[in-house]
Amino acid sequence: MADYIPHTHAEVSEMLKFLGMNSLGDLFAHIPEALKLSRGVEIPAGVTEPDAAQLFNDFAAKNKAAELLCFAGAGAYDHEVPPVVRALGSRSEFVTAYTPYQPEVAQGVLQAVFEFQTLVSRISGLPIPNASLYDAATGLVEALNMTAGATGRKKMVISAGIHPHWRQTAHTFARGTGHEIIEAPLVNGVTDWTLVDCTDAAAIVVGYPNYLGILEDVAVARALADEHGALLIVGADPVAAGVLKTAGQWGADIFIAEGQPFGTALSFGGPYLGMFACTEELIRRLPGRIVGETVDTEGRRAFVTTLRAREQDIRREKATSNICSNQTLMAVTAAIQLGWLGTAGLREVAVACARGTHYLHDQLSEIPGVTTVSSAPFFREFAINLPISNEEVIVEMAKLGFLAGVSLAQLCGTSDRSLEGDLSRTLIVSVTERRTKAEIDSYVDALRKVIAQ
Amino acid sequence: MTTYAAPGGRAASIPLLGREVEPTLFEMSVPGRRAFQLRTTGLPETSIADLIPDLHLNPSVVEIAEVSERDLVAHFTRLSHRQFSVDLGMYPLGSCTMKYNPKFCDAVAAMTGLNGVHPAAPASLTQGWIELLWTLEQRLVAITGMAGATLQPAAGAAGELTGLLLIRAYHEARGEKRTRILIPDSAHGTNPASVTLGGYEVTTIPSNERGLVDSDVLKASLGPDVAGIMLTNPNTAGLFEEEIQDIAKAVHESGGLLYYDGANLNAIVGVMRPGDMGFDVVHMNLHKTFATPHGGGGPGAGPVAVSERLVPYLPGPRPVKNDDGSFDWASQTTSIGRVHGWNGNALVLARALAYITVHGSDGLRRVAQHAVLNANWLRVRLAAVLPAAYDRVCMHECTLSAATMKAKYGVRGLDVAKGLLEEGFHSPTVYFPLIVEEALMFEPTETESLQTLEALALAVERVAKRAESDPESLHAAPRTTPVSRVDEARAARTLKATADAV
Repeated sequence: MADYIPHTHAEVSEMLKFLGMNSLGDLFAHIPEALKLSRGVEIPAGVTEPDAAQLFNDFAAKNKAAELLCFAGAGAYDHEVPPVVRALGSRSEFVTAYTPYQPEVAQGVLQAVFEFQTLVSRISGLPIPNASLYDAATGLVEALNMTAGATGRKKMVISAGIHPHWRQTAHTFARGTGHEIIEAPLVNGVTDWTLVDCTDAAAIVVGYPNYLGILEDVAVARALADEHGALLIVGADPVAAGVLKTAGQWGADIFIAEGQPFGTALSFGGPYLGMFACTEELIRRLPGRIVGETVDTEGRRAFVTTLRAREQDIRREKATSNICSNQTLMAVTAAIQLGWLGTAGLREVAVACARGTHYLHDQLSEIPGVTTVSSAPFFREFAINLPISNEEVIVEMAKLGFLAGVSLAQLCGTSDRSLEGDLSRTLIVSVTERRTKAEIDSYVDALRKVIAQ
Repeated sequence: MTTYAAPGGRAASIPLLGREVEPTLFEMSVPGRRAFQLRTTGLPETSIADLIPDLHLNPSVVEIAEVSERDLVAHFTRLSHRQFSVDLGMYPLGSCTMKYNPKFCDAVAAMTGLNGVHPAAPASLTQGWIELLWTLEQRLVAITGMAGATLQPAAGAAGELTGLLLIRAYHEARGEKRTRILIPDSAHGTNPASVTLGGYEVTTIPSNERGLVDSDVLKASLGPDVAGIMLTNPNTAGLFEEEIQDIAKAVHESGGLLYYDGANLNAIVGVMRPGDMGFDVVHMNLHKTFATPHGGGGPGAGPVAVSERLVPYLPGPRPVKNDDGSFDWASQTTSIGRVHGWNGNALVLARALAYITVHGSDGLRRVAQHAVLNANWLRVRLAAVLPAAYDRVCMHECTLSAATMKAKYGVRGLDVAKGLLEEGFHSPTVYFPLIVEEALMFEPTETESLQTLEALALAVERVAKRAESDPESLHAAPRTTPVSRVDEARAARTLKATADAV
């Protein structure tokens, strides 16, 4: 048994005496006896840190995926996180603070989040960012709620090119809000909006790129939103802002994105970073925290969380959202990572991803039996059809040192009908700036062997 | 007998090199300067225009900032010096359980074998992670006295909404249409906000003069349209709801379910279980009770544990152990579905399991006992200057009131809070719970020593003396912090949320 309690026996006795009590049990004397455990909860006895470390070493050793060269993406990417970002992002002043309720002693986090918000605004091309949400899936849910409030409508039209997990999350929360979610299917990897009725829609939601890596013409979705008086939500890849048009340039009303590529390790899916921004018109419906610039009593620049009247602790059941804790540390880390990348670095990462991905695409196309799912333009990942099951390919490629990609069958589950065809033979493959030509070439050789077996 | 010299938790010794404004990253930017270094890929340097059609290419450049690595380090290190944290000093922020965050748990989260794992890698390649999550689920179920759990919710509020959707699914499966959720007036604001998002209406139940939920009003409010009740126990005033068994019986008899807001679990962990009190749904804030660092506003983690009757509806996929001892994911057809993009805040979950592993059953019990000891010691120690709103034994936090100070000297709770900042302590929670006038809620947690508690008490006494002798100085406080009191009204009136806003 170990703990982090500083009290000596003598001090505990002294404190109890001060309270007129004899034992720690007296502190709980007013609670019905039947509720108190006689032997504690049924979990193993405590151990020291070095003993516990063995358990976690064992867990870590059983995660073979951590040792593989990563060609998997689909919403989680293996980007460079340099020592300087890890060092600054793990400074304990940022790590062990609470939400900045006392701005006079929280300027560090507040200013870092203000800088993050500025970067979100530039990357999204929209003027009003928030301080972050849990992840992009939550971003979608909050964005849908926002459009329902703004339009008074409940119908949501979501492209099936939106990440399957984000869509699944939206369906779950629609149980409470009563939103009607309609999915516009993909045809040849691109959303076919003509197959759904957008009349009276509150939101049109499109992925840019979509989860198969494909670049859709967002102008089509914008026109559709205009035609039906709906708001346009663009689920974007923030790395793409290094070369591609921003959500704002496409005319988005709301931008949602997964910010994990900016300084956060793969981390088995969390904590990640929901990036969120909207137009001026929607500002009063913004979910979550927002940091604003102001001055102190001496006229110096200072930062503070603002527009608090939207939030749950003040508006209670009429709040725009229930979120309070968000992903501040990931937001601060993203600001640090983007500061490290700078203008040129963000572009260079985006270009390197695109180059590596297109090079891999060209190489894979030459393997007999491998076909691409779509001929549409793509950015940093693409889907391929394999002649054998993707599960088998992933297992065999792992033996050769590669995480081959993401199984579409696993990603989508059984209920998703966003794609036609055999999902158990489809693989999403992604290349980041961390993969060299030599690594890509050896991946291609390995896949050729695995398929030929 | 006790020496009170040099308490570890007081942070009044922080050296300040100056009070100048720190420039923003954008103000430090110099065109052409750079910090990044990437791999040499050896790939052909194809033009982006040859890879991606013009339609998609941005004709302009997204400006970030252009700084050297050295300036980047200086900037964020200086920002970190303008930030209070648990590592720096005592953070008695009521309802937030700002205890010491063990570095061991950070070291676990920093293992490449954990943080280097792609979330879509198949189960066969992620056995360690699935076993870790499965183990944590077992532990949380045992700690709360429940039957099953989901680890997906990313924070307490997400856990609340998840729990409400589980309650909804349960009633719907039974063909019952229930529309209301009962909530005490002392509840956290997230409770009513979550209720609305869960598609329910809020019925507010008043508190009685003892600071507890009025059980007569509560029972009278029950009926066939009530889906359930959300309670925090101990409640937000830091008091144990002594009639909980009676309340649970009445709610269950009317066909409703009980939701336990685990924000205050630190008061009872290892000593009592919400399941034994009659609760059906429990969310836990791992960043409170289980000491995962809060990161200045997140990440948190808000797992939800449920009683047997709600297990079929838990979000999926859930970690499962196969007969051969291997681990896998499983989804139930009756599940409400996914509530997170992947597997929840996994590294936060790993830290929490590390904390639970070190403490074990006995260690967790000691956590609650010493948290309650510290809160009561502080309550009695401060009684002369800041009387408790409810004069009796509290749990892990004590709700004190500056109402007398306000009446006598015009010094409000907020002024006391700002005065404490000058004394090298983070302030308590101010003006919550809403039902207490000029509330100052102190939660010392179990990791602060008697010496630090005494230092805090002496600081509160000094602030109280200033309230009497020089109230103006408290209205003007704090003066020794990186910035003095900030103009919150101006921030809201002329919103400037980015460096680009005019």
